[in-house]
Amino acid sequence: MNSNDGGAELRLVVPGDQIDAPPGTQPGSGVYKRGDNLVATKLGELKIGGDLAHVVPTFTKYLPRSGDLVIGYVEAVMNNLWFLDVGGPFNALLPMSLAPWKVEFGAAREHMGYGDAVLARVMEVDETHSVVATMKGVGLRKIKEGTIFEMPPHLIGLVIGSNGRTLQRLKVASDCRIITTQNGRILIDGNGKGIAIARKALQMIEETGHAPGLHSRLNGILGDDE
Amino acid sequence: MMGGYGDIKLLNDDGTRLDGRAVDELRPVEIKAGVLPVADGSAWVKHGLNVAVAAVYGPMEAHPRKIQRQDRAVIDVRYNMAPFSTSDRIRPGFNRRSREISKVTAEALESVVLVERFPRSKIRVEIEILAAEAGTRCVGITAASVALADAGIPMRDMIVGVASGKIEDVVVLDLDKAEDNYGQADLPMGILPNTGEIAFLQMDGDLSVEEYNLACEYNYKAASEIHELMKQALLDSASRGDA
Repeated sequence: MNSNDGGAELRLVVPGDQIDAPPGTQPGSGVYKRGDNLVATKLGELKIGGDLAHVVPTFTKYLPRSGDLVIGYVEAVMNNLWFLDVGGPFNALLPMSLAPWKVEFGAAREHMGYGDAVLARVMEVDETHSVVATMKGVGLRKIKEGTIFEMPPHLIGLVIGSNGRTLQRLKVASDCRIITTQNGRILIDGNGKGIAIARKALQMIEETGHAPGLHSRLNGILGDDE
Repeated sequence: MMGGYGDIKLLNDDGTRLDGRAVDELRPVEIKAGVLPVADGSAWVKHGLNVAVAAVYGPMEAHPRKIQRQDRAVIDVRYNMAPFSTSDRIRPGFNRRSREISKVTAEALESVVLVERFPRSKIRVEIEILAAEAGTRCVGITAASVALADAGIPMRDMIVGVASGKIEDVVVLDLDKAEDNYGQADLPMGILPNTGEIAFLQMDGDLSVEEYNLACEYNYKAASEIHELMKQALLDSASRGDA
């Protein structure tokens, strides 16, 4: 989304558009090869950098990938596993062996019930898009406090900013702990006033993030930079 | 029904049509993308007096499970005409015609969407015809294709729905209501504008080979005109940032 992104060339494309790229350019995400030509498959900004052409889509649903940090809501509890809604097409499976507690068979319900939110990591996605999540890892836990803001996943990059600068400003200005996840859910934890400021800024990014002048609008909400 | 109306005149003496169009002229077309905030992708298309709205949701888990395909997504299209879309009230709900159109539209869209990227999933496409004046299936396909692109669903190409037909033994592009009802033939096509492939073709009535070729030529020309409008609508919506 950023125009100063490593000198990459920018242009909007729609599905089916032929991409003029130097010979030898490889198709990246949102691009496929038809004969000798590269063709866009998504609506978005075309970026050609190095020997790779890819499209940054203007809208996309979350598709889990292994290694993603996600916030999931418990959708169902079985004897030995939980089903998490992570915002993708399918629920993720969280087996009790990958929970941070020692869970007896049949006692999964005692640890987490329907509606609970967890910070988890996607461990595995197979070819039929079945997802296995894990809660074993640093910082992965059941979420007990704070508020969760739902951001469209393709805008998470805007919240983080280049080198994490936007996110850092948000944290400083709101005095909150903020955790962004790849499925678009953002955990904000702090005092009420700080949460309100963070929410306001995030709402602005959600509504007008794509339009130019994001930085000055953020200044309007968070106060001047530096 | 085709060709049985004898003395009904559909062409003026100067060769133009009753609404003043030339034989190879489209009705005015307007397209907007991203019109429904709740949908993942949406489009509004006005083609002559036809108005269609399409909404796309997904990819999501396919339900009931028996419709799931292990290696690809299924596209679930529901084409519906609103009860108030024509002067005769249409009884709400599915009927034989809407079932047929939903099926052919789904098959046409499946040929361009990269369905193999989303195994076991479903992509829901809802097409609602708000006003109808002949050629609604083509308008529906155009709207659905813009809505799919707006929803960020990967596609090989877009599909443009266009139709040509025959009235008074003359091949004409884009039939209006009178021409559709009292004409001799109708040839709706779904064209992939970048590759020139045909994703969907139906024919009602009879055309000779020469007439068919001319009708195809008209359709291809119209498809590239409509495709420009589709692209513009998507680019406008993308640069507004609300796609």
